[in-house]
Amino acid sequence: MKLAGVDEAIVRHRQLVDRARRRRAEMEHRELPRIEIGMATCGLAAGAGATKEAFEEACAVNGLHFSINPVGCLGHCYAEPLVVIHNPGFPPICYHNVTPGKAKALVKAFLQEGDPLYEFVLGAMEENDLIPAVTDFPRFHLEKRVVMERCGVINPEAIDEYLAGGGYSGLLKAIQVSPDAVIEEIIQSGLRGRGGAGFPTGRKWRLARDAGGSHKFIICNADEGDPGAYMDRTLLESNPHQLLEGMVIAAYAIGADRGIVYVRAEYPLAVERMRTAIRQAVEYGLLGKGILGTDLDFECTLFEGSGAFVCGEETALIESLEGKRGMPRHRPPYPVQKGFRSLPTVINNVKTLSSIPHILKHGARWYSGIGSPASPGTAIFSVVGKVVHPGLVEIAMGTTLRTLIFDICGGVPNHRRFKAVQIGGPSGGCLPESFLDTPIDFDSLTKAGAMMGSGGIVVMDEDDCIVDVTRYFLDFTQKESCGKCTFCRIGTLHLLNGLHRMTRGEGRDTDMEMLRTLSEEIKEGSLCGLGKTAPNPVLTTLKYFPEEYEAHVAEKRCPSMRCRALTAFYIDLDLCARGCDACVGSCPVEAIFTTVSRKKAIDQAKCVKCGECVSACPPEYNAVLKVSPPQLAPVVERPKEE
Amino acid sequence: MSHPSIVSEEEESREEIIGLLQGFSKGRENLIPILQTIQKRHSYVSGLAMKLVAEHLEISSSEVYGVATFYNQFRFHPPGRHQIRICLGTACHVVGGDIILENFERKLGIREGQTTPDREFSIERVACVGCCALAPVAIVDEATHGHMAPSRVEGIILGFQIEKERLEREKQAENSEEKELGENL
Repeated sequence: MKLAGVDEAIVRHRQLVDRARRRRAEMEHRELPRIEIGMATCGLAAGAGATKEAFEEACAVNGLHFSINPVGCLGHCYAEPLVVIHNPGFPPICYHNVTPGKAKALVKAFLQEGDPLYEFVLGAMEENDLIPAVTDFPRFHLEKRVVMERCGVINPEAIDEYLAGGGYSGLLKAIQVSPDAVIEEIIQSGLRGRGGAGFPTGRKWRLARDAGGSHKFIICNADEGDPGAYMDRTLLESNPHQLLEGMVIAAYAIGADRGIVYVRAEYPLAVERMRTAIRQAVEYGLLGKGILGTDLDFECTLFEGSGAFVCGEETALIESLEGKRGMPRHRPPYPVQKGFRSLPTVINNVKTLSSIPHILKHGARWYSGIGSPASPGTAIFSVVGKVVHPGLVEIAMGTTLRTLIFDICGGVPNHRRFKAVQIGGPSGGCLPESFLDTPIDFDSLTKAGAMMGSGGIVVMDEDDCIVDVTRYFLDFTQKESCGKCTFCRIGTLHLLNGLHRMTRGEGRDTDMEMLRTLSEEIKEGSLCGLGKTAPNPVLTTLKYFPEEYEAHVAEKRCPSMRCRALTAFYIDLDLCARGCDACVGSCPVEAIFTTVSRKKAIDQAKCVKCGECVSACPPEYNAVLKVSPPQLAPVVERPKEE
Repeated sequence: MSHPSIVSEEEESREEIIGLLQGFSKGRENLIPILQTIQKRHSYVSGLAMKLVAEHLEISSSEVYGVATFYNQFRFHPPGRHQIRICLGTACHVVGGDIILENFERKLGIREGQTTPDREFSIERVACVGCCALAPVAIVDEATHGHMAPSRVEGIILGFQIEKERLEREKQAENSEEKELGENL
């Protein structure tokens, strides 16, 4: 069965693309300098707003004509604010950490006098004879960009820029074949849900297509709740039309007539840009009634999620859409049969839906050729913690952790030793050095006890305490447990209490065993993914780092000197310089006093162990030392006041 | 029990909330969007507001309260004039975000989630603001402060206090000028 009006759609799409390309060509033809500034949430937080103002001001003062294009995020968080300058006669050059001061200098030196200020350059955006290209750096060329290809390159608020790059042509390909053929293509591509669990997307669509009924829903899950993963937000902020195109294709394939993008309300910029994108797509006839002149109807709205981690679970998400507490339902019936308003509903993650246009455009064979056979395609990770180049990285599945952490992200800074990597956020696990050569895909991570999850990766070095990080994740899941299942509600609290005791030096001999058995019980006794995966951080760390737990429990000692109750600062009187006052002012609680020898000492009863005195002590003395357990710190009496 | 000044403020908002509710149909699906609209307008959801929402949707107020308290987004008492938000995402945690939070709490004498009695400051914790490369991060009003250190906490608060005192001085000076002017006349 073919869709009516397909020929008309081809013509209309051609017209839209041609107009968009004409507009772009006109802009490029004017030969004015163009400045692209990364203005997603991360860039703005790093000061991109002030940088933009500085560019505008400097150009106005110097009477220069130019255009500024706010683009999305390139994913290079370490280099924000990131600016690309297209100056006629030069290749496009990317500058990193552009402060307002640098912006002014660039206008004067580069735009006026033609000196590209090599000291601020990160690299050129294309090959040339003048400046090394960014693609020469491992941070760029080891990545495999599919979904993030256009992020940070196009203006997310201009639909024309998406169209000019061949946007919505995946949709055009889809409607030229039958919905079943589209589903078959997705099945062939091997795409698996990028929300974390990795359910084959094609099979989900098949089930929804077969569910029957005249009304169906397609919901995009953008309720990213992991406190350290932000790739969904970046995709919404940097390329919202890619997602919309994926949703329309999904709607055509399963026969849905309504769509909802469920975005966290904590992402105001993503919400705003998504709204703009939906409005523009409707104006261009790419959404709404009779898409591109065909019989295809699909309306899309946006729902602001109110911040509950459990709403990442599909049935909980549906409950919350219906105005209830977001508590998961029993499955079956699965949402594909009976979901929102009891209608068949497909819920896909942002990354899954954003991959769809590319699969349609380039074919299933192309997509399944990327990555590993069981997990084809690419994965986006937010790599944070102790790495030189933190940020978003898109790599082919099957890349090893070592390549990701050491080659792409530059390894651990300050000559510290790598200790562990936590993958998949609060539902994931913590893997030691011996797993660095594990290829990253759904199955190998699950086998290691971790999980793909949201794609959050935290790199830890020898200064990070495994027990403390585990406590951090448990603290999160315990707060976010919806309270439906007893094991999850009360069990996670007991896990947390046990970990709290350990980090405070009150751990009991039985605590390690308690954590282990209770974790297994929580996994079994919980209904949804949150409870089933919440103990993962505990189980993996107990398995791979038992010695850290033992040190906390048996010796009341924190090997990484991180747990504040188990450490103490003291000033080595042999190293401290007589009469030096550097540390005194840095102490927020006035715990540092002058001894009879006119050197300094710390009042342990007052000290809050913030470590400010360590940074304040001049490097030639380095007199503030840290010990664990705290009893090792020598006691110095405060001199009696006369 | 709420402070009398807050109770009277809530009463003042009654008409406005009723007005806001007229924009929504009575479907249960509207509950969360309604609460979001109220919070956007009044920066928190008061007890009275929840009662009015329940009446509008024809459900019990405990249902409304149950939903509102389930989600992290909703606040139930007014925030301070200056909102301090401390990022406690994973990246900020591993570099000591909790120490920054503690310093603000100690300096202002309130706990996370509370507002100072003079309603000048409130402290909230947030999960990842997405600039992990700047960790630890504090967001004060609209400004993002990256690479925070405990010693910078005092400076930030002091900055607001100096600003406030300056404004008060100017006001006083104006008042006294007016007074003088009045006397001269």
